[in-house]
Amino acid sequence: MSANMVALAYLIAAVLIIFALKGLSSPESSRRGNLFGMIGMLIAIVVTMQLPGVQNYGWIFGALAVGGLIGGSVARIIPMTHMPQLVAFMHSLVGLAAVLIAVSAFYDPAAFGIADAFGGLHLASRIELFLGTFIGAITFTASIVAFAKLQGLVSGRPVTFKGQHLLNLLLGFIMIGAGILFCMSQSWDAFLLMLAIALVLGVLLIIPIGGADMPVIVSMLNSYSGWAAAGIGFTLGNNMLIIAGALVGSSGAILSYIMCKAMNRSLFNVLLGGFGGEASSGGSAASVGDRPVKAGAAEDAAFLLQNARSVVIVPGYGLAVARAQHALKEVVDKLIASGVKVRFAIHPVAGRMPGHMNVLLAEADVPYDIVFEMDEINPEFAETDVALVLGANDVTNPAAKSDPTCAIYGMPILDVEKAEHVLVVKRSLSVGYAGLDNDIFYMDKTMMLFDDAKKACETILKSLD
Amino acid sequence: MNQSVMDSTQAVIQTGAQAVVQDSTDPFIFSFTVFVLAIFVGYHVVWNVTPALHTPLMSVTNAISSIVIVGAILAAGPLEMNIGTILGLVAVGLAAVNIFGGFMVTQRMLAMFKKRQ
Repeated sequence: MSANMVALAYLIAAVLIIFALKGLSSPESSRRGNLFGMIGMLIAIVVTMQLPGVQNYGWIFGALAVGGLIGGSVARIIPMTHMPQLVAFMHSLVGLAAVLIAVSAFYDPAAFGIADAFGGLHLASRIELFLGTFIGAITFTASIVAFAKLQGLVSGRPVTFKGQHLLNLLLGFIMIGAGILFCMSQSWDAFLLMLAIALVLGVLLIIPIGGADMPVIVSMLNSYSGWAAAGIGFTLGNNMLIIAGALVGSSGAILSYIMCKAMNRSLFNVLLGGFGGEASSGGSAASVGDRPVKAGAAEDAAFLLQNARSVVIVPGYGLAVARAQHALKEVVDKLIASGVKVRFAIHPVAGRMPGHMNVLLAEADVPYDIVFEMDEINPEFAETDVALVLGANDVTNPAAKSDPTCAIYGMPILDVEKAEHVLVVKRSLSVGYAGLDNDIFYMDKTMMLFDDAKKACETILKSLD
Repeated sequence: MNQSVMDSTQAVIQTGAQAVVQDSTDPFIFSFTVFVLAIFVGYHVVWNVTPALHTPLMSVTNAISSIVIVGAILAAGPLEMNIGTILGLVAVGLAAVNIFGGFMVTQRMLAMFKKRQ
């Protein structure tokens, strides 16, 4: 293949990858889009394999097979509740791969066709290598920490200490200094120092961030992994890598922005960390348990649901923790069969990553056309007979609209309090992530059903006849 | 046409050619142009993604960023085994985990999204 043919094939691969993302604009077109993405990737790999510098076929196919087998098996068995961990884990692999490629490129520039007359690197390549390496290294260790927090290997509680941000800033400066030294001298010492500090920084930047903020962090690391790929693309002078990296980079950045907006926090505020510890429990939290609530039995709940014309279900992550999706789906089927209009309302931060709750509901065979986003469903609550809140709390708290002193003030919420009746399934009156009490529980039109989400759905199902 | 005219003509052509070489854009600027335009494409494409599919979006972008496998294959390419090729092979394996895992788990999720019968 001539160099021009290679470049054109890479262009086709890049276009197919754009189509893969474009397909995700609707569930119908998404599966074909994913197929386009696979074909694009296949073209990229095949074209690269036939380049004259690539001769080590046996070993490369071996590495592809081993990696593919591991990736394929994980993809088949991973529970949908574990998607955030899987994604974090995969980000770390991209980061590590980028670092390894960068070290290899510095070790043997000729293999990449980027060597200068003396077998070393041009200044431009060195700068690109520096950027690619440190972004890759930070992505690698930061994603490992995010993975450990999400998987519960370490506590999700923020780790903060005095002078933390100063230390990070200092390390950042030393890293940049070592990077500049490397760019000027091509010294291995400077390169390795820069790499080591970047690896440490990745850990230090993530430990102060609490479990509740992990969705933002996972989105942000998604963005980083894209920039790391683009960095390798600059080093190789390969436009396909640059395009793919830029697409992923902007995708992760947009998701981070959406998540921050849904929590009414700035990205800066999330990155500074410390949120989700005990510090934020103040205000009305003191009154928990002192106020009267109306508790009901599953039979009462079933009666209320069955006699409603329209029901909107607000699921939270508690639903997935209790593995109640399938039991809930049966309740929904029965209600629909008896003529009740049932819809789901999804808050952007329901679940542990963007869009997580939608996947969990889809897994339970809930059709996606009765699942609505917050902005679509909020005007409908006033016309709704029963709002059923399952395993969600903070995202329904009206204090976010009315109480400027509360921790989540300004966060957009689902307007369940506008419904005719509110039915809340919850194990106890405990507070949510933000450590706040919820006025919804104490309203006259609210009935509390104190039970595990799964058991509640099962007993409601039995009473629905 | 006498010799001196031909010489001077040749000189002019040479200087002109050199000027073109000196004035042609650096490959980095060309790559950077592609980079900036791709960010704009990404921005518009991703805002069009329905929020219901944000999780598949993340898993598929995971697979896509593993396009760095191109660099890994180049690093692993030479027949002679040394640190460079070994690191390259490891990177090929890591990227392959992501490519297969990312696309397959995305496919698995997308297959779950069904319409009302």
